[in-house]
Amino acid sequence: MTTPIHAKFELDYGEFRLNVDLDLPGSGVTVLFGHSGSGKTTLLRCIAGLQQAPNGFLQINGEVWQDSERNLFLPTHKRSLGYVFQEANLFPHLSVKGNLQFGLKRTGLAGADLTHILELLGIAHLLERLPDGLSGGERQRVAIARALALNPQILLMDEPLAALDFKRKQEILPYLGRLHRELNIPVLYVTHSQQEVAQLADHLVIMDEGKALASGPLSETLSRLDVPLAHDREAATVWQVTVAGHEAEYHLTRVAFAGGTLSLTHLSAEIGTPLRLQIYARDVSITLQKPSDTSILNVLPAVITDIADDDSGQSVVGLLVGDQPLLAHITRKSRMLLGLRVDMNVYVQIKGTSILN
Amino acid sequence: MLNEADIATLWLTFKVASLATLIMLMLGTPLAWWLARTSSRFKGICNALVALPLVLPPTVLGFYLLVMLGPKGPVGRLTSELGWGTLPFTFGGLIVASVLYSLPFVVQPLQASFAAIGRQPLEAAATLRAGPLDTFFNVVVPLAKPGFMTAAILGFAHTVGEFGVVLMVGGNIPDKTRVVSVQIYNHVEALEYEQAHWLAGGLLLFSFTVLLVLYSALKTHPVAHQLK
Amino acid sequence: MLNHRFFRALVLAAFIFPASSAWSATTIVAVAADFTKPMTEIAAEFQKATGHEAKLSFGSSGKAFAQIQSGAPFEVYLSASEKYPVELEKAGLVVPGSRFVYAIGKLVLWSATPGYVDDKGEILKTGAFKHIALADPTHAPYGVVAEEVMTSVGVLDKLRPLFVMGENISQTFQFVTTGNAELGFVALAQVIDLNTGKIGSGSGWLIPDELHGPFNQTAVLLQTGAENPAAQALVDFLKSPAARAVIKKYGFGSPE
Repeated sequence: MTTPIHAKFELDYGEFRLNVDLDLPGSGVTVLFGHSGSGKTTLLRCIAGLQQAPNGFLQINGEVWQDSERNLFLPTHKRSLGYVFQEANLFPHLSVKGNLQFGLKRTGLAGADLTHILELLGIAHLLERLPDGLSGGERQRVAIARALALNPQILLMDEPLAALDFKRKQEILPYLGRLHRELNIPVLYVTHSQQEVAQLADHLVIMDEGKALASGPLSETLSRLDVPLAHDREAATVWQVTVAGHEAEYHLTRVAFAGGTLSLTHLSAEIGTPLRLQIYARDVSITLQKPSDTSILNVLPAVITDIADDDSGQSVVGLLVGDQPLLAHITRKSRMLLGLRVDMNVYVQIKGTSILN
Repeated sequence: MLNEADIATLWLTFKVASLATLIMLMLGTPLAWWLARTSSRFKGICNALVALPLVLPPTVLGFYLLVMLGPKGPVGRLTSELGWGTLPFTFGGLIVASVLYSLPFVVQPLQASFAAIGRQPLEAAATLRAGPLDTFFNVVVPLAKPGFMTAAILGFAHTVGEFGVVLMVGGNIPDKTRVVSVQIYNHVEALEYEQAHWLAGGLLLFSFTVLLVLYSALKTHPVAHQLK
Repeated sequence: MLNHRFFRALVLAAFIFPASSAWSATTIVAVAADFTKPMTEIAAEFQKATGHEAKLSFGSSGKAFAQIQSGAPFEVYLSASEKYPVELEKAGLVVPGSRFVYAIGKLVLWSATPGYVDDKGEILKTGAFKHIALADPTHAPYGVVAEEVMTSVGVLDKLRPLFVMGENISQTFQFVTTGNAELGFVALAQVIDLNTGKIGSGSGWLIPDELHGPFNQTAVLLQTGAENPAAQALVDFLKSPAARAVIKKYGFGSPE
């Protein structure tokens, strides 16, 4: 069986080389994460056909877009994709409506009903305006709507928030969250922001020096100790949880995950609501015995899967809580004193969490 | 005042300049597009060739055209073989000379405005299913409108003002190749200074008006087309 | 045109200063385009004989005329016609009594193709060609004479539609020598073979003087050169047997 998306590219610009071979899921958001120069944007451009890797193979949902062995290269305008650039890249000579219609006219969808997309991105009131009269955030929302209007097989987004200030980012993120829930096409999203990774990714590809260091489901990939991300001060894992119940008298909400429950400060959300929970590695501590006299509510049994020491006296510990991967940053001294080893059964105390949606 | 011969030269000049401008736009647009986007190693040579008439004395170009297009020249032999006769001293010859001589005035503004557009709108168009030609006519042309205006006006005005080349290739034939700049020269040489003043003054006024219109129009249509 | 003029201005500027030196002086001369070759030779001999230097500026007589009127620093003016020097004389720009004919212009109906023009000029009557080149008669002396010839032969109106006109006799010669005009009226000096004294290449008809009015190429000493011994010396030298020989060699008639 072929995977929904198979992307294999090799190119060599001397200074910069790209060499990836990736299988990616056919739904949800796949984030391509890496520093500038890591090759993430080049990879995205190769997928779009904006750049042609001399050696490449690309198949999307059974359709081959590039196969250099067969000399096949589908030009960008023949690929069923939506592309959102870092700068919104709207046509300045066309109104918002004209920009939205541009692609539709060329796909025979000219009469398509855009109500849903306009509403999803909150741009219905901007239709007659010219791009010059829009704010940065509005432009980027129009650009996303323009890409989505074509009903593409895949949506490619190249750091769509990078050019926006913090306020504009906060303005757009909720829209991206909604896209995430409502779209059933795969989204490839390039970013260098860990925050966007945590908020948006289902699947994570970590790029470095033109190679994919890791590729897999978000929480699994985040907790891989062989990836620099796990060693970062901001290292965190993300859990998918659902609201399981409320303890009104304590002002708490209980959420369930595969392997147990957690108590959070009260959320006004219905039971069954899915949530993304971010747990920073620095907020996790480890005990050998189940602590009986601790103020921390969330104490869970866990198994150590991996340990790595840093140069700076810090140890990064990978754990499994039920099926959920978790990261803990502790001092090397604590690690030695506790005698932590792989496969040891321990307890983790989670001091704090943040809800991402 | 202007006599009948003067008016004939004005009309002929208008015809030559209009047709030459049209041809220059048709030839210059793909050429400028290629020059603006290529990284071919022939780019430098082509840029230099296009700009050559800017620095060459018109008599040099005129003389080479006379030799090349004449019955002994390679182009002249070709046109004779094809049964078109030779081009010097004909309206067609004037057009060819004017096109070559004024081409940089059309290519350079176009090239600059194409380069200013950058690759982003082209990529955006491609991701919105527009093929290369489609993109050119529906994105590049509207974005490069100020460039096209400048090119057309400068090309036209420069053809009107052209003298040395048409004098050499045209042969100064009334109603056929005697354009207004040549007529002014004739008046001056024949010591008909008053006639010369009428035409020269008119040409001065025309050129000034054209440039004034151009620059005012460019002011209200800023070339600044950074993508938003 | 502009380049040419600019260059000329530079050249002029460069020698106005040494012109004041008394021993070997320099004079600036405007020369009709058709007299380019003989005058170059005459100037060389002039320098050898007198030590004075003649700086030559070639171009159409009409243009030089307009420039002199506008204060150009020419001291001697060798026109291709009689008309311009007379006009300058009326304007008081000429040293009185200095006007003289230095050569008689000779006109040739010439083609670059051998055997094309017969030695009687019968071809003019056939009109079996597409273009005939002549210098623009509105201002070029050779053009005026060419029209007179066609009037004498009785073909002027018939041939007028076939005219292509050079700005001066040099350009007219270009039209014919490149073959763009099958034939044209040019100066004998342009096509003469200096060894044989006959038409060197192509084919031509040396037009008899009777077919046109006097073609007196006339020179004057301008007021600007009145005080310059070199200018006066050049005027004298042009009348010397040495100069006459050169003039004759290039196919011009002698003024005697």
